[in-house]
Amino acid sequence: MSSMSEEGKPVRRPRTPRETQELVERSLRRRYGAERRFRAYGLCAVILGIAFVAFLFATILAQGVSVFRQAYVQLDVFYDPEVIDPSGTRREDDLRLADYEALVRTALRAEFPGIEGRRDVRQLTRLVSSGAAHELQRRVLANPGLVGQRERVWLLASADVDLLLKGEIARDEIGEEGRLSEEQLAWIDTLRERGRLELRFNRTFFVNGDSREPEQAGVRGAVMGSFFTLLLTLILSFPIGVAAAVYLEEFAPRNRWTDLIEVNINNLAAVPSIVFGLLGLAVFIGFFGLPRSAPLVGALVLTLLTLPTIIIAARAALKAVPPSIRDAALAMGASPIQTVVHHVLPLAMPGILTGTIIGMARALGETAPLLMIGMVAFIVDVPSGFTDPATALPVQIFLWSDSPERGFVERTSGAIIVLLAFLIVMNTAAVLLRRRFERRW
Amino acid sequence: MNDSATLDESRIRSAGAEPHADAPRARAAERLAGGEFSTVGDVTVPDPIFSCRHVNVYYGEKHAIRDVSIDIARQEVLAMIGPSGCGKSTFLRCLNRMNDTIPSARVTGSILLDGRDIYDRKQDVVQLRARVGMVFQKPNPFPKSIYENVAYGPRIHGLAADRVELDEIVHTSLQRAGLWDEVKDRLSQPATSLSGGQQQRLCIARTIAVNPEVILMDEPCSALDPIATARIEDLIDELRATYAIVIVTHSMQQAARVSQRTAYFHLGSLVEVGPTERIFTNPRHRLTEAYITGRFG
Repeated sequence: MSSMSEEGKPVRRPRTPRETQELVERSLRRRYGAERRFRAYGLCAVILGIAFVAFLFATILAQGVSVFRQAYVQLDVFYDPEVIDPSGTRREDDLRLADYEALVRTALRAEFPGIEGRRDVRQLTRLVSSGAAHELQRRVLANPGLVGQRERVWLLASADVDLLLKGEIARDEIGEEGRLSEEQLAWIDTLRERGRLELRFNRTFFVNGDSREPEQAGVRGAVMGSFFTLLLTLILSFPIGVAAAVYLEEFAPRNRWTDLIEVNINNLAAVPSIVFGLLGLAVFIGFFGLPRSAPLVGALVLTLLTLPTIIIAARAALKAVPPSIRDAALAMGASPIQTVVHHVLPLAMPGILTGTIIGMARALGETAPLLMIGMVAFIVDVPSGFTDPATALPVQIFLWSDSPERGFVERTSGAIIVLLAFLIVMNTAAVLLRRRFERRW
Repeated sequence: MNDSATLDESRIRSAGAEPHADAPRARAAERLAGGEFSTVGDVTVPDPIFSCRHVNVYYGEKHAIRDVSIDIARQEVLAMIGPSGCGKSTFLRCLNRMNDTIPSARVTGSILLDGRDIYDRKQDVVQLRARVGMVFQKPNPFPKSIYENVAYGPRIHGLAADRVELDEIVHTSLQRAGLWDEVKDRLSQPATSLSGGQQQRLCIARTIAVNPEVILMDEPCSALDPIATARIEDLIDELRATYAIVIVTHSMQQAARVSQRTAYFHLGSLVEVGPTERIFTNPRHRLTEAYITGRFG
């Protein structure tokens, strides 16, 4: 539609409407193509993301779901007064110190009358976890009237039996150190035939603290540790973070100092978490002398970690509240603090909660700073307060994944499942809370 | 900005408002900035509720209001007109110190409300805003229920002793704002579900619920359709019996319809004040005449 004149300048004649139409049509085709491609890229990205998440969940579930079942042996236990309480005092201290392993041994031998010899008896007792004796002790202490009685109880089987029943180790892996011998395999088969050995719901995993024996190890201690730590983190970081954001956004003058503070908060959000751990170690434990391994110190460190996130999110949420609402409230004669509390904060609350939950989720998954303040210690007791020694779920996962025993593989995945469940519960609570705030208007 | 300033000031000179007709332009501009320019018409009224003298407003370096002096009478509607950016909204926001919310804003001169300077150190801003209510350009009801919107002011100022009294205040306020019949069955519904005109009347109801002495309106109808506008204008006419009303408007017809006095602002200066009828039929200043006849604006 344009030809070249002798000087090389294009000479155009006006386009006819039809030519314009054609041009537009051609460009339209190009534009639609670009749009389709863009949508395809987006879809690919989403699918890829979902695929990775699905893969993650599938592997963790596949490895970890078996942790919810555990091998138990059913034994007829005779609470022999001669063994438990030879002096007949029935005092708690005496009952506590009794030889419960002997009761387990006797019950097992009663199940297999033909077995003699120390080696065989030891092999037989190895089928049952050392936790079985603790279980009997717990029962007697809870109900001293059991002494002298007979009872049929399900007791924890050992980790090897558990793994065999779950198919984690093959029968031909016998002979190795710590694995099952021919005789043990035969006994296991006999017990299963008699219905005395089976996989049952794994209560131990949810009520026990950590243990060196995989079959006795549970997440209760870590869950409670995480719970106390996060509760305190929330109690500390939410009000402090919101107050700081409100002050900076609504009241502070804009000058060099507030600019400096803003830059520092943004930088703090990017500081590696282990640095906060070192800070906590130096300040809270070293200087203030707070107890090591305690959720209190963990919470203080995680508060420092989550504060920048909460402040930044809260400031963004406050900034997003339309100024007309502030004007309206101020023009009604509301004081600045009334304006913020009655109007601005409720409107910003959904955004603030989103920021808080992001911060809390990060705190829940944080391991490195907790290592620095000693929450990595091997702690068997379930913590019952903010100053008891405790560990946290991600640290527990780290510890178990580091353990050589095979039984800890499924515990690790199981703990991850518990951690994810914890996270989902937390997020659901936040979403519900947010919806409540949004529904108010 | 500067170009138009020189242009306007030449117009001012030719209109005779500036006596120094042969002074160089630069000096004239200086005088204008320095506040030597005097308003045409009588700025005073007997027994004014607001009495503003030599008010200057600066936004940082920008001189937004230049030496404005004007009285506002009780039970009258004062319309402030002028082209965009002439400072009428800025001046309006001085009257209830809403300019305080802008950190760079600085106000000099005196604004007396019933003889007391509202920029006095002892003046409580909250109390001032309870006496001088404001309705904004865009309807801005609180994202709460209709009832809560009207009850908010009385509640924070402690105007109602109990729920019954509060209900009564809400009822009368909505009724005076001409909204009661439309919303009486849905007081608990969100205010944002109302139409634009209804929202603006709700904002007026919310303002009169505090029982102020003055109501400032910053282009209250600019976001509304003609029917809603007519309703608001009727409402303004009714409210005049009780309140002093200052209304900023872009519509000269609206100013002519609702106001008794009109003030014409131009580039931060108050050019002319007078009875509305006179301003629209017989403007004395060339700039006023040019604006109301639609030659610019």
